[in-house]
Amino acid sequence: MTAIAERTVPAGPGVRARFGWAVADTLTITRRNLLVWMRVPAYLVFTVVQPVIFVLMFRYVFGGAIRVGSSVSYVDFLLPGIIAQTAAFACFATAIALAVELKKGVIDRLRSMPMARSAVLGGRLLADTLRMTVTILIVLAVGYAVGFRFSNGTVAAIAMIALAILFGVAIACISAFTGLAIGDEESVQAFGLIWIFPLTFLSSAFVPIATMPGWLQAFANNQPVTYTINAMRALALGGPVAGNLWKSLVWLAAIFIVFVPLSVRAYKRAA
Amino acid sequence: MADGRPAILVEDLTKSFGNVHALRGIDLSVPHGTILGVLGPNGAGKTTAVRILTTLLQPDGGRAEVEGYDVVREAAAVRRSIGLSGQSAAIQEELTGRENLEIIGRLYHLRWAQARSRAVELLEQFGLMDAADRAAKTYSGGMQRRLDLAASLVGKPQVLFLDEPTTGLDPRSRLGMWDIIRTLVARGTTILLTTQYLDEADELADEIVVIDHGLVIAAGTAEELKGRAGGDVVEFTVPDRSRIPDAVKAITPLGEGEPHADLETGLVSTGVGGRGSDALVDAVRALDAAGVVTRGLTLRRPSLDDVFLTLTGHAAEEEEQPNGRRRRSRRRDLDTRGAAS
Repeated sequence: MTAIAERTVPAGPGVRARFGWAVADTLTITRRNLLVWMRVPAYLVFTVVQPVIFVLMFRYVFGGAIRVGSSVSYVDFLLPGIIAQTAAFACFATAIALAVELKKGVIDRLRSMPMARSAVLGGRLLADTLRMTVTILIVLAVGYAVGFRFSNGTVAAIAMIALAILFGVAIACISAFTGLAIGDEESVQAFGLIWIFPLTFLSSAFVPIATMPGWLQAFANNQPVTYTINAMRALALGGPVAGNLWKSLVWLAAIFIVFVPLSVRAYKRAA
Repeated sequence: MADGRPAILVEDLTKSFGNVHALRGIDLSVPHGTILGVLGPNGAGKTTAVRILTTLLQPDGGRAEVEGYDVVREAAAVRRSIGLSGQSAAIQEELTGRENLEIIGRLYHLRWAQARSRAVELLEQFGLMDAADRAAKTYSGGMQRRLDLAASLVGKPQVLFLDEPTTGLDPRSRLGMWDIIRTLVARGTTILLTTQYLDEADELADEIVVIDHGLVIAAGTAEELKGRAGGDVVEFTVPDRSRIPDAVKAITPLGEGEPHADLETGLVSTGVGGRGSDALVDAVRALDAAGVVTRGLTLRRPSLDDVFLTLTGHAAEEEEQPNGRRRRSRRRDLDTRGAAS
């Protein structure tokens, strides 16, 4: 064992340098993921065309049949809901991407290199957050074209977008965990439909909850997506914000507290 | 290294996943600038060993060093010394070959200019310059494997782990890959190569270990292993399954050790040592005398299957279940395990 003591270990980087590399590595992985996203037409369609279709469909197909009260037009009611749903769906891709990379051995390969291990997860989340932000802005632009207007000032509008992004990142964390824990593309996809669809549709996203049967209202009224969408709606259109925003933030914080460590653990275990 | 330590040193390494004992105490030693071939069927423990040596998995017991660095305590130093290529694709198919290598270069903390020139260097070395700016998914299987190998060399590793680098490649691409591997070793790289093909280990490896059920069951050069498999093999099929016992009885005196018979396929084989064509003639006579009709009677060089049949009593091909657990029902004797180093 003396040989070990005599041997010179190349000086490992200090804490600050390590943090710097972790950031650099995360950005490199982010860049890689975004390049892939831009190269695959199907991904672009999924992130751009599909949300637009949703806006147009709800605005013009279902919208005429949905009454949301006399004080607010349906398109104004709809947009915050669609943005939240878009954010959730966009981040669902996180699960699939991680499952695929895990299966193909990409994650293993990256982890055998002297890069920051956190960068694979961090770069994935950052790339998906940027992608989601682009989608949200596109939905807003289309929304503006079909009659949606912010009516509560610029600061509140920006706060709404920020809340939507935060919500999307929370969903991405859950999504990352399911992707790493399940590890099989098809199963991840099927499982995603099971939780994301009910969570977004059984909420105040598209219709007033009061129109649902009582037992469903009990769920829809008390789930995080509804709190988030109600807070976004109040930020966009005016009205009392605090109650819903507070509940929404508590929920999102809880999601982060639970799912960030779970994702990190699943990522470490996935080896 | 001046102190004469091997590039890879493994002592009594163990790893279990629940009840599955993937590694049950293996020892390996690979001198600098040589190739160790690790042979074994799917699920034998090859990949587990590679994953521990490349710091992707923590061992349960024993120890492993790469370039003198402990894979657990000095994992970061190990990662700076190694490259990993093979089954696990580092390639992002949507990106071009150049982009793939540049990004890996960045992850090895090269500056952009360095990453770019290193990418060009490797693309040229691996004959991929013409395809540099095409998406990797348009590459042939052999080109993708070369790009993957190039990616593992971005950091100029002293030790390279190749996990089944030619599995699924056509013969020409395999030969190309072998040339590249030989070139790397000639330049002083140490390589640990896992494979299912005896001929590949035969071609490339200085030393071979055979792993099965988490143990090194044999170690030596390719020639020594083939010797253990009983030299040449006489093999034939008995269409009438009820006559298999008669066939076995007829050829038992010719072979070295017991013949192997597969009751499902009717395939019967026996090692005949160095007696080659004489043994073939004897087999024809003996089977004819016994009145057994056979099909496809041949004499061939021993394969990995034969090494396995001889060493372990079971075939090399073992099904792996989707969840990664190994089927263990076919395991029989392991009495030759003491033969390991």
